Amino acid sequence: MTLQNEPLNRNENKKKYCRFRKNGIKYIDYKDANFLLKFVNDQGKILPRRITGTSVKYQKKVAQAVKRARHLALLPYVTDSLK
Amino acid sequence: MEIKNYETVFILTPVLSEAQMKDAVEKFKQVLLKNDVEIIHEENWGLRKLAYPILHKSTGFYNLFEFKATTKTIAALELEYRRDEKVLRFLTTALDKHAVAYNERRRKGEFNKKTEAKEEQAA
Repeated sequence: MTLQNEPLNRNENKKKYCRFRKNGIKYIDYKDANFLLKFVNDQGKILPRRITGTSVKYQKKVAQAVKRARHLALLPYVTDSLK
Repeated sequence: MEIKNYETVFILTPVLSEAQMKDAVEKFKQVLLKNDVEIIHEENWGLRKLAYPILHKSTGFYNLFEFKATTKTIAALELEYRRDEKVLRFLTTALDKHAVAYNERRRKGEFNKKTEAKEEQAA
């Protein structure tokens, strides 16, 4: 009898974590546009913490780095197809 | 005066020839040296594509300096940037201790585009 509800999406159960804390990354480089691509969606918007799991301390730094990269035309301000 | 670590990146217009570009970089280097700055590192990324057009240009010469200086120097440097029409964009940032450590490791080529690989290992 398999009447019990099993979680359908196992990914939902996985706990999010802050990759900077876990890997001991202290500085986020605005010159490394490829790395920053992980923190923006395909329109070039910065992803929220609830999706990436980044802690507040590092989310601020990510945001600062993305904005610096945009200023230097390493990342676009607006776009339709980044990825 | 307090001495801090700084890093500056500037983009030169692509209409320059290679020699003119070198001259312009040299000019900014002299501005720094005139102010008794200790240049730690300089880097030329060459002609790169811009993520969006600036002044109708779609490419630019990227250059980077890392140096130790006082706040007065930064004002002088940025004034030079603003006066020079060859400069499309510039960004000067003060570096904290983590950034200095990171830049040292970067110079040694410890992670040349290997940040992604490191991520995957840990995940």
